[in-house]
Amino acid sequence: MTVALCATAIVVAALLWEVMLPYLERRRERRRARKEARAAGQGIASYDPGRERRAEQRARELLRSCVNEEEWEMYRDLGLIRVWGGESLDKELRGVPYAYLIYPHKPIVAYLPQTGRLLNEYCVEFPDESRPYGSSRLPDSDDVLAKWMALKGDERRLISSANMHLPGRQVDPRQVQRDIWRLGRWERERLERHRRASSGAA
Amino acid sequence: MKFLRMRPGYGEQLIAEGDIEVGEDEQMLVEEFRRQLEQGMWAAIPVETSSGRREAEMVRAFEDIPRAAERVIFFPRAAGGAR
Repeated sequence: MTVALCATAIVVAALLWEVMLPYLERRRERRRARKEARAAGQGIASYDPGRERRAEQRARELLRSCVNEEEWEMYRDLGLIRVWGGESLDKELRGVPYAYLIYPHKPIVAYLPQTGRLLNEYCVEFPDESRPYGSSRLPDSDDVLAKWMALKGDERRLISSANMHLPGRQVDPRQVQRDIWRLGRWERERLERHRRASSGAA
Repeated sequence: MKFLRMRPGYGEQLIAEGDIEVGEDEQMLVEEFRRQLEQGMWAAIPVETSSGRREAEMVRAFEDIPRAAERVIFFPRAAGGAR
């Protein structure tokens, strides 16, 4: 009887060990990652929301000072900037105008404004490996400005640096279609406001 | 002329400033420009066209910077994102 109980206990212990082992390994892995992050200054303690807000505020000011008024208002109101493409990146397009939607820390989406057809996603980042505060990620508005300057200044170089994917890989195509629709409505309303303002002034 | 660099957790940082017409300042700017490129930065200049549109130019050498440029903005080189 005792022998049977001991054997059962051993089997149960062995089975429990098998079940618990992955859990214990995951815990050990997490503990090790936290320790490494603390050593590298990436711990929660090093995250300062006030600093991040101030950084974003500075980045917004810089963005505003560089882009066109319409683009700034677009970003302020819709959270994205549309930039017209200037190259013939795709032979199939045969000179059809295309544009990019720039989102902060999301892929750049190329599309045809005439039809709303999505062309590609260009996944691109600007990682600062010096990691001054433990992160290589620029503030949102700096990321947008970097994309804007690179597209305006050397579209081909930026696009060739990016990983190209079909639409829907990272950005929900329904969301993009909705953004295109919002952009169209925003432009019409803006035009109307300007028209009313100029007729009022006259 | 001002050299600004985008920084995570900070926004833009003034890294150098000088009068390009003064030899000493120009030399300092040249050295800083090279240092930034060696650190893997891209350099861009915000410009305004004759029609008033704001655009940007990428520059790869100090000699490419128009002497009238007020700002050069450095930002980390682009890399392909999530695969």
